[in-house]
Amino acid sequence: MNITATLIGQMLVFAALIWFIKAVLWEPMINMLEDRRARIAEGLAAAERGAHEQELAQERAKEALAEAKQQAAEIIAQAQRRSSEIIDEAKNAAREEGERLKVAAEAEIEREVAKAREDLRKDVSAIALQGVEKILGKEVDSSVHSKVLDELASQI
Amino acid sequence: MSTSADPISAHPVQYIQHHLTNWCIGCDPETHKPSSIVDFGAFFLDTFLWSVFLAGLFAWGAWYVGKNLDPDKPGPFQNLVEAIVEFVNQQVKDIFPGSNPYIGPIGLTIFVWVFLMNAMDLVPVDLIPGFTAWVAGLFGADPHNVYMKVVPTTNLDTTFGLAIVVFAMIVYYNIKVKGFVGYAKQYLFHPFGKFLIPVNIVMTTIEELAKPVSLALRLFGNMFAGELLFLLIALLSFSYMVLPAQVLLGVLWAIFHILVITLQAFIFMLLTIVYLGLAHQEEH
Repeated sequence: MNITATLIGQMLVFAALIWFIKAVLWEPMINMLEDRRARIAEGLAAAERGAHEQELAQERAKEALAEAKQQAAEIIAQAQRRSSEIIDEAKNAAREEGERLKVAAEAEIEREVAKAREDLRKDVSAIALQGVEKILGKEVDSSVHSKVLDELASQI
Repeated sequence: MSTSADPISAHPVQYIQHHLTNWCIGCDPETHKPSSIVDFGAFFLDTFLWSVFLAGLFAWGAWYVGKNLDPDKPGPFQNLVEAIVEFVNQQVKDIFPGSNPYIGPIGLTIFVWVFLMNAMDLVPVDLIPGFTAWVAGLFGADPHNVYMKVVPTTNLDTTFGLAIVVFAMIVYYNIKVKGFVGYAKQYLFHPFGKFLIPVNIVMTTIEELAKPVSLALRLFGNMFAGELLFLLIALLSFSYMVLPAQVLLGVLWAIFHILVITLQAFIFMLLTIVYLGLAHQEEH
């Protein structure tokens, strides 16, 4: 329990040790720990950002999907509408065509009838005259009876 | 180391005396003690060599870890050092106002070095002295005159050496932060104001000197008492009948001493940080 020259030695060793520890261990290690802390914080932030972005992307994908579904539904509805329209149009066209054909046929028939009547009208006086000549046994002048013949012909 | 022809229990006072005597250069050749309580002609080689050896061990470990720092894959030793460094750094952050890059290294050095020196107390009390005496005997020296005190912190030189360096730093930072005039004012007007300047000077001087003295004596007292108790437990080997008691007491005291050596190192570090923190505060 004395104070001796060892005191001086211990003080010098202590001071040198502080300096050495500061230079060799403390500063590099504190810097490294600081760096590591920063890197961990950065990594966590990046992970957070990534998760957030993924969430957003999922949201967007969901939206896109919903939109696509809606569009598809619209397209199908449109197609159905269009097909029924086409069917209707086709029906109408067919009906009109049929109508037109019927009218044309009727007109043809009418024309035929008129033509037959015309032919008949032309022939009726001759046939009537021939019939009368046969009945009377003599020639009959058609011009004398043309009025009667015309009347007959108009009755047809 | 006791031999059957020379049982230590036969002369317990000599045994303890022998263990409490340093390997000294410049001491009285008869008593192996310094001539007076303060004797700068004497030099305790064992205290100095062991503390230098432990400082070297710490420095080598620090250098080894510092050189191989790997932020991504720290090895077990780096993990341990990191934990200690973070622990000390946290103490500094909690206690120390402002920032000073030297406080952390000072705290770490005190904590680890004092811990290592204290830990020498856990080496069986007769192991190293006995080995030294045996080696000295091989070279023809008288084993009874070979002294080896292995715990540097059971020596006032070591504890005062640390405390005086801390005190020097307290004074240095006081003057650096407050200026010489500010530091002098602290002596003149603290704690009783300007009307009791003589009292203030005495009070503040005692207060300031109490810091290193309490640091040094607390550590010295704890470690000296601990070592003495280990010596007393070693004396219990006078009979095979009490051997179980010796073993039991030795184990218990050693386990308790693990707490003491760590705690004393921690307290020395903590108070150093507190004192240096006070030195950095303008008014307290």
